[in-house]
Amino acid sequence: MLQDKDRIFTNLYGTHAPDLEAAKQRGAWHLTREMLAQGPDWLCDQVKQSGLRGRGGAGFPTGLKWTFMPKEVGERPHYLVVNADESEPGTCKDREIMRHDPHLLIEGCMVASRAMRAHVCYVYIRGEYIAEREALEKAVREAYEDRLIGKDNVNGWDFDLYVHHGAGAYICGEETALLESLEGKKGQPRLKPPFPANAGLYGCPTTVNNVESIAVVPTILRRGAEWFAGFGRPNNCGTKLFCISGHVNAPCNVEEEMSISFRDLIETHCGGIRGGWDNLKAVIPGGSSVPLLPAEQIMDANMDFDTLRDLKSGLGTAAVIVMDKSTDLIRAIARISYFYKHESCGQCTPCREGTGWMWRVLQRMAKGEAEHAEIDMLLEVSHQVEGHTICALGDAAAWPVQGLIRHFRHEIEDRITLYRTPRALIQGAQVAAE
Amino acid sequence: MSNDQFKLNIDGRDIDVPRHYTLMQACEAAGAEIPRFCYHERLSVAGNCRMCLVEWQGAPKPIASCAQTVGEMRPNPDGTAPVIRTQGDYVEKARSGVMEFLLINHPLDCPICDQGGECDLQDQAVAYGRSGSRYDLNKRAVEDKNMGPLVKTIMTRCIQCTRCVRFAAEVAGVEELGMISRGESAEITTYLEHSLTSELSGNVIDLCPVGALTSKPYAYNARPWELRKTTSIDVMDAMGSAIRVDAKGNAVMRILPTVNEEVNEEWLSDKSRFVWDGLARQRLDTPYVRRDGRLSPASWGEAFVAVKDALSGRPEAIGFIAGDLVEVEQAKAGLDLARRLAVQNTDCRPAGAAYGVDGPREQYLLNSSFMAVEEADALILIGCNPRQDAAVWNARIRKAWLWNDLKVHLIGDPVDLTYDYDHLGTGPEGLAALDTLSGASRPMIVVGEDVLLRPDGQAILAAAHAAALNIGAIQDGWAGFGVLHNAAGRVGALDVGFVPGPGGLDTAGMLSGKLDTLVLMGGDELDLSGLGTTKVIYIGHHGDAGAARADIILPCAAYTEMSATYVNTEGRVQMTRAAVEPKGEAREGWAIFRAMSDSLGHTLPYDTADALREGLRAERPHFAGLGFAPAEAGVEALRAPMAGTGTPDLAVPFGARRGDFYLTNPIARASKTMAECSLQHRGLETAVAAE
Amino acid sequence: MALRRFDLEAGGTDFSFAPETEDKIAFWLGKYPSEKKRSAVIPLLWLAQKDNAGWLSEPAMRAVADRLEMPYIRVYEVATFYTMFRLRPVGRHHIQLCGTTPCMLRGAHDLKEVCRDRIGEPFAITDDARLSWEEVECLGACVNAPMVQINDYYYEDLTPERFASVLDQLRNGVDVAPGTFVDRQRSAPLGGATSLLDAGLFDGSRLAQAHLPNLPEPVTDTAQPAAPARTTLIDVQPGPPPERVETASERVDDLRKIKGIGPKAVTQLQALGIYQFAQIAAWSPADVSRIEAALSGAGRVGREDWIAQARLLVQANKEA
Repeated sequence: MLQDKDRIFTNLYGTHAPDLEAAKQRGAWHLTREMLAQGPDWLCDQVKQSGLRGRGGAGFPTGLKWTFMPKEVGERPHYLVVNADESEPGTCKDREIMRHDPHLLIEGCMVASRAMRAHVCYVYIRGEYIAEREALEKAVREAYEDRLIGKDNVNGWDFDLYVHHGAGAYICGEETALLESLEGKKGQPRLKPPFPANAGLYGCPTTVNNVESIAVVPTILRRGAEWFAGFGRPNNCGTKLFCISGHVNAPCNVEEEMSISFRDLIETHCGGIRGGWDNLKAVIPGGSSVPLLPAEQIMDANMDFDTLRDLKSGLGTAAVIVMDKSTDLIRAIARISYFYKHESCGQCTPCREGTGWMWRVLQRMAKGEAEHAEIDMLLEVSHQVEGHTICALGDAAAWPVQGLIRHFRHEIEDRITLYRTPRALIQGAQVAAE
Repeated sequence: MSNDQFKLNIDGRDIDVPRHYTLMQACEAAGAEIPRFCYHERLSVAGNCRMCLVEWQGAPKPIASCAQTVGEMRPNPDGTAPVIRTQGDYVEKARSGVMEFLLINHPLDCPICDQGGECDLQDQAVAYGRSGSRYDLNKRAVEDKNMGPLVKTIMTRCIQCTRCVRFAAEVAGVEELGMISRGESAEITTYLEHSLTSELSGNVIDLCPVGALTSKPYAYNARPWELRKTTSIDVMDAMGSAIRVDAKGNAVMRILPTVNEEVNEEWLSDKSRFVWDGLARQRLDTPYVRRDGRLSPASWGEAFVAVKDALSGRPEAIGFIAGDLVEVEQAKAGLDLARRLAVQNTDCRPAGAAYGVDGPREQYLLNSSFMAVEEADALILIGCNPRQDAAVWNARIRKAWLWNDLKVHLIGDPVDLTYDYDHLGTGPEGLAALDTLSGASRPMIVVGEDVLLRPDGQAILAAAHAAALNIGAIQDGWAGFGVLHNAAGRVGALDVGFVPGPGGLDTAGMLSGKLDTLVLMGGDELDLSGLGTTKVIYIGHHGDAGAARADIILPCAAYTEMSATYVNTEGRVQMTRAAVEPKGEAREGWAIFRAMSDSLGHTLPYDTADALREGLRAERPHFAGLGFAPAEAGVEALRAPMAGTGTPDLAVPFGARRGDFYLTNPIARASKTMAECSLQHRGLETAVAAE
Repeated sequence: MALRRFDLEAGGTDFSFAPETEDKIAFWLGKYPSEKKRSAVIPLLWLAQKDNAGWLSEPAMRAVADRLEMPYIRVYEVATFYTMFRLRPVGRHHIQLCGTTPCMLRGAHDLKEVCRDRIGEPFAITDDARLSWEEVECLGACVNAPMVQINDYYYEDLTPERFASVLDQLRNGVDVAPGTFVDRQRSAPLGGATSLLDAGLFDGSRLAQAHLPNLPEPVTDTAQPAAPARTTLIDVQPGPPPERVETASERVDDLRKIKGIGPKAVTQLQALGIYQFAQIAAWSPADVSRIEAALSGAGRVGREDWIAQARLLVQANKEA
């Protein structure tokens, strides 16, 4: 388990001031000029060696992603775009970075921009995070005033950072939809290829990274790639912000070591499962998009990319949604299905039509008002959506449904049987009365 | 294998295709059929319907073939060509899944849907649909949207392919259609249901793969399988767009574009598409003779007696004017008769024109082909509004501007052409700026016919021509100078020589009341108020301005009722084909003159239209080249300096285009649909904020 | 999501930005390349909504389109796509109630009942025009569930009683400060933080570090040499090993589960100090040659793929 001195987000809970002076005291903006002076190759290399994988859900190696940017800046400028459109249900980690440790993010943006030869960075923050946007804008102002960023700054790399905001659309967390939105359009994902590294914002080479992925970079560089790589299992390195919500005694955000076991995470930081470990029913370990896992599979699992993938779920954003035995799982997943129906952009057929279909069937199933055969049909519909869409929202809508049927099919069947039983009795009664 | 080829294995066949191909094109080249809804080869790729999925062996999921460029595909790890399968369980399953999703919210109203029988969704549902639905919930209903008098909407049928949105934004150049809201609530609409203002709006009906956007005037009129289809040529402007006339019985039910890459690609202007109801209204179906001040129906015999009486006076007091829609055969027969009567007062040009009397035909043609604008790097429009005069060509100019970096310069009224241009001035003073445009390697100068109707028209034409020579618009292999006409019959009539003979009067002269008798072949756009006591023999098909002033009316066939030759503004000779019979007693124009010549005792030497055309080809060989546009063949003729008289009058700006786009000819003026469009257009505020 | 249409009647015909908004508009426009000013459409629509009593009317939308020289239909698409643009009037305090699963699990449903009781159906406005509400999707404050957003700010860790009293106060014109409604520090666990208690994090001691580690050329004035360059992730071995508390208990694994290791090899390996799968899983090529020499079986480890087997077993252990 992680010790305090190895925690990157030292002001996660806002116990201390988020302003520049306090941030500097905590170590932000220290040796930044030296980092920038090493140039893109060293920066990318260090981040690669740290084993940092993207913290936005997909877990793509961050350093590798940076190297996809063109090696020379041509006619088109390079852009870094930071994805602060944190909307995956269960996830609320970037929010804490932006309102409590914004300078780590700003410094990270500058370092990452240097690594991809960009002089301009946009942070796309979800529209609802108004307090967080105000906090970040304030920190940006401080950084400009202190000449940490801007033209001719003390760090030696011309760098402008602009905060942009959305207005309520989960899909804008998808990187190309985010770029569309930043260009002033509807947030509809683009076809790939071309990938953003070739044609992103305004058609220019662009890399889109999650807030946490960017904000950890300066600390990694200050303490050494091998320091970061020393946490967690191989290929699942580093420290990670976990958001634990749902039926635990003390829901919270916490920075922990990757690969920590679920049990340790809950016991150490969340005061245990509500009603004790025997009362645990299921867990969604990585935000609403990943399939849920039943208690017996998750209890002692390592919370990392590979373990959860092997369990046919995923670490996603490390948003752990805990459900105890009082939970009506069908209703809980139906609510997630409603979320995806609500957030589908409507561009491509399987997602536009399939998300609504799945939700409607699940909603009936929650009441038991369905046929047994519909369970298989629902599963088939989810497979018809999965993998057939432009972006991953189709997959994200299909997986929770598949997870439910994989592990809790019996509950749906029981619910349907239960619903039909009284009706059968009433029918019998009628027959008897005639 | 050269570098611009890429090797693929499609359904077990090895094939080489150009790298820029999409996978869909490659599959088609390999003989596979790929279903699609959103993809259209003349629009940007949206990739949203997901119907064109194919299997790429090794890929984790099926890929949308419309959105995959072949050159960006990776070969297999062992270096062999990527293996694509367009059939088989995997692909069928993916596609039938998509089809099922498309159908769950699509109404089953095919029996009352105008798209029935020519519906992409219907056709593909046969191939990929299930026999029954697994979706037993209520279907989504979507409110219909107003889009104006032409496009009828039944939005519940919409499958959100966004072809119409992309057409409006990309081809038509009016950002008026969009998809609002999101998810399953997404709807196609115009801004607050304003009418479409594009003159190309009807094309969205053809583009719509389902019955969501259909033709309002054609609604519930006919089924596609009961229509007789005749390919023909449009005469609503001087482009000669390729059309298909669909008729039931003796009525034209609708007009659709057909593909002619060199002329209209596959688009058609709203006037050409929707004018057909005008073909059934206000028609002249029997000869009339004015008796006691009133026109009354007469037999052809009675009419010819009156004609003979009117044409037996002095030849100097007789004139012939050919109007905007006159076909080559009629012009030829009319001219032949005039000359036989020793009449020199013949003209086919609007009042004021001085061009086209001598010199090569290149002096009044557009010369460069419509297609050539895609190779040009600069286009200079002088007193010319292609959006009105050649709406479909305007879309091609826009395409070149959008994709090929064509620079457009305009001298004239600064109107919205749907693309940006550099405004060099509103009048002839702008001509001075032309010499500074020497940077272009393939410039094109286009002069509107309106310019040539000015007193200084010839001087401006000559100045523009001199500039063209100067900046390289006329060079080997590039004839980038010419005149853009709007009247379908003009070039053909000029080609047969329908201009004043030696000492003859021109149109303005003939209309000034000096004549005893005027033979008016169409000519409804002319100002007839100065005719005074001149007796008018009107030959035409609609009861319009000319017929109202006429003393004798001889009814002739309209363009859908005869096989006739038209020459478009490029100089391209094309033929219409008869889709229906002429109305009532009406006859083809040339036949009327042939019969008239007989009764006048000056029989014309041809008994059939073919014989007439044969004579014409012998006399003017270019009539033999059907479908051919001379384009750069005209370079030599263009090199000769043009004789301009006088100097351009700098004080007078080029005026706005005369009249209303929707009402430029008697057929359009008889059309209720066009009247509605015109009203709509004039009453409409532009929905675009800043242009 | 329901149909989203402008309330044309309530929107009237006119809208103009408040004079003090002009500075904000200029601020936003300054963020984008001058030829890309349509990027500012969402921020400007948001400002327009602010200046129009919390909802976006049709004239307000047109005002934004005119500013940005955008076709109306394109702005209309944006205004209807993003759900924070409210196209019909709302109360002075508009409540966005998060109903997505994490909040639902902690009682969002009961909060909805409070709204129904105190206000009415979604988008209904109370007679005094003070309150209205709607259910929205995840607002991203899941560890403080259940929560609502009232106008701009978040009200977290609510119970029906607390929420009802918030609504009553707002209704009576009393402002209520946003934030959590239980005794906890932001998103820290209830009952006190379990981490970030070390005072050394905040005393500035981190600023003592003079140079970065791993610089390409050894920096002369540091005592520590740079760590050697690494090539793959798996091989990375911590230079200065992180200090950490080991979570797994020490134990002896049954090494015979690895195919190729018999009873004899087990004894030999244990003699070399190898008791656990994890140790085998972490062998470097140098380790392999050393072990193979001791077992007198050159190439055996690679041929039988002990390392990969060991890794799988490590994982299985952890899951067990």
